[in-house]
Amino acid sequence: MKAAALRLEAVEVRRSKKTVLQIPHLSIGNGEVLAVIGPNGAGKSTLLQVLALLEKPSRGRVFLNDQEVTPRSNLVSLRRHLALVFQEPLLFRGSVFDNVTLGLRIRGVSKRESKQRAEYWLSKLNIHTLASRSVTKLSAGEAQRVNLARSLVLNPEVFLLDEPFASLDPPTRTSLIEDMQHVLAETKVTAVFVTQDRAEALMIGERLAVMVDGRIVQMDTPEAVFARPATAEVAAFMGVENILAGRVLSGANGRSLVQVGDHQITTEETHVPGSELLICLRSEDITVSLPSEDGDLNSKPNVMKGRITRLGPLGAQCRVVVDCSVPLTALIPKQVFVGLSLSKGNEVLLTFKPRDVHAISMSRPTSVAENAT
Amino acid sequence: MDLIWEGIKEAIILLFQGDREVFSVVTTSLRVSLSAILICLLLGVPLGTFLGLAQYPGRRVVASFVNVGMGLPPVVVGLVVAVMLWRNGLFGFLGVMYTPNAMIIAQTVIALPIVTALTMAAIQQLNPKLRLQILALGSTKWQMFWILVREARLSILAATIAGFGAIISEVGASMMVGGNILGQTRVLTTATVMETSKGNFEVAIALGVILFALAYAVTLGLTLVQQRDTTP
Repeated sequence: MKAAALRLEAVEVRRSKKTVLQIPHLSIGNGEVLAVIGPNGAGKSTLLQVLALLEKPSRGRVFLNDQEVTPRSNLVSLRRHLALVFQEPLLFRGSVFDNVTLGLRIRGVSKRESKQRAEYWLSKLNIHTLASRSVTKLSAGEAQRVNLARSLVLNPEVFLLDEPFASLDPPTRTSLIEDMQHVLAETKVTAVFVTQDRAEALMIGERLAVMVDGRIVQMDTPEAVFARPATAEVAAFMGVENILAGRVLSGANGRSLVQVGDHQITTEETHVPGSELLICLRSEDITVSLPSEDGDLNSKPNVMKGRITRLGPLGAQCRVVVDCSVPLTALIPKQVFVGLSLSKGNEVLLTFKPRDVHAISMSRPTSVAENAT
Repeated sequence: MDLIWEGIKEAIILLFQGDREVFSVVTTSLRVSLSAILICLLLGVPLGTFLGLAQYPGRRVVASFVNVGMGLPPVVVGLVVAVMLWRNGLFGFLGVMYTPNAMIIAQTVIALPIVTALTMAAIQQLNPKLRLQILALGSTKWQMFWILVREARLSILAATIAGFGAIISEVGASMMVGGNILGQTRVLTTATVMETSKGNFEVAIALGVILFALAYAVTLGLTLVQQRDTTP
């Protein structure tokens, strides 16, 4: 088991009599990269500021390297174990070099050492040619690289990132994410990475925490959260387009039959017969075919017939909305779309595998108490 | 028009002849106003920074008082400072009435709200997250204050220029607490008033031109420092 670099116990942050953050337990292991994802106002930035020891929680306990942070703790000294990168670069007047060495000057590091460390990270982040340039002359991507270098040069034990790539254009974002992945793999620094972008979270995070309304509603590996979201909100945030209410008809031996509208859907999960649940089905897991191509409808599980109500081309893929008494959205490759000559009003068959169907119990609690790694 | 032209010529002659009286008036003006603005910077910048950053009840009321202070009439300031420094006044024991020190006090009272209020506005204009970023870099509170002041230095220099402009050109307070004593408390503004009242318009205009040139030179110096930071 990894020792916890940061740990929160029963932490609550209240602002204007409203609870904006409520974390029963959160433990971030040494060297772990935790991605935190959630919609606007979910409390992600507040969580990061609590972890960065910049905001004192209204209630609860914060531990850094298993040492509790108390009112008597020397916050300045503790903060020097951490580094925080905001979404905006927040650079100060002066040159790139001045900005990158600011934290080192604050800590009284010698000029010689500062120069060596700054040159290393400027080079690592491909901005060594900009060292003497004024920060007012930087592009958004360059400015964010300077921001990252300013934090990395401090050799932090814990690296906290608050949506650092959110305001960048897609190519710059992709290149910075790749650089970030290398840096995190190389330094093995503990990191908490807040984002709204699930692709970023899946690429960078070893574990993924989903926040809604100030609570962590699910925490697991990114793959598990992606495949088995715990709530409808998580499912929607993780890009599940088809969320349908149903009732379990039968369930045993790792298989359940669920009544959804006029249809019966099979899932490779065991659920209690009679219970209400939400069926989650990713649009990319649905196959579209023409009725004439299909044999006996009843011999295969999870085949639904319906009429196309909406079509939306999306570059290499095409979104097809089909009314099967319940609306279902499928995402199919453009070649398939063209091959089938699909148009609005066409009758089609939708097929999906039982293992791709995930069901969320309606009685599931809305927050999770997460176990320490 | 001729009068003004004669005044300019007279100013050049007075300056280049090295007139002792003019030299004394110019140096007293500079000494008093630069001392006052220096005190204003030492007091007003930390005070403005604190007021710009601190969260406390009645913050807006305090801010409004500081802002009102920017419009203090110099004559009223002169009157209040004179009453305070008068022999029987609250600070009469200091014995500074009719000395350059009294003028420095009065000019400080005039410029302090200007420097404080404009510094407060400058600090409030900075991105509030800068404060968190500096703390996250491991700074103490004092280091954070200093870095924020440095970040707002262009606006603080503008506050300095505004404060200096207000006191180098004021006459009421200097006249009331300084007394316009030749060689001691006579400054360019009080000398100009006196020469005008005597009908010596050419000398008065000459002194006015010198005052303008002096104010311009100091402001130019501050502006050059300010604008140096805006060029890449």
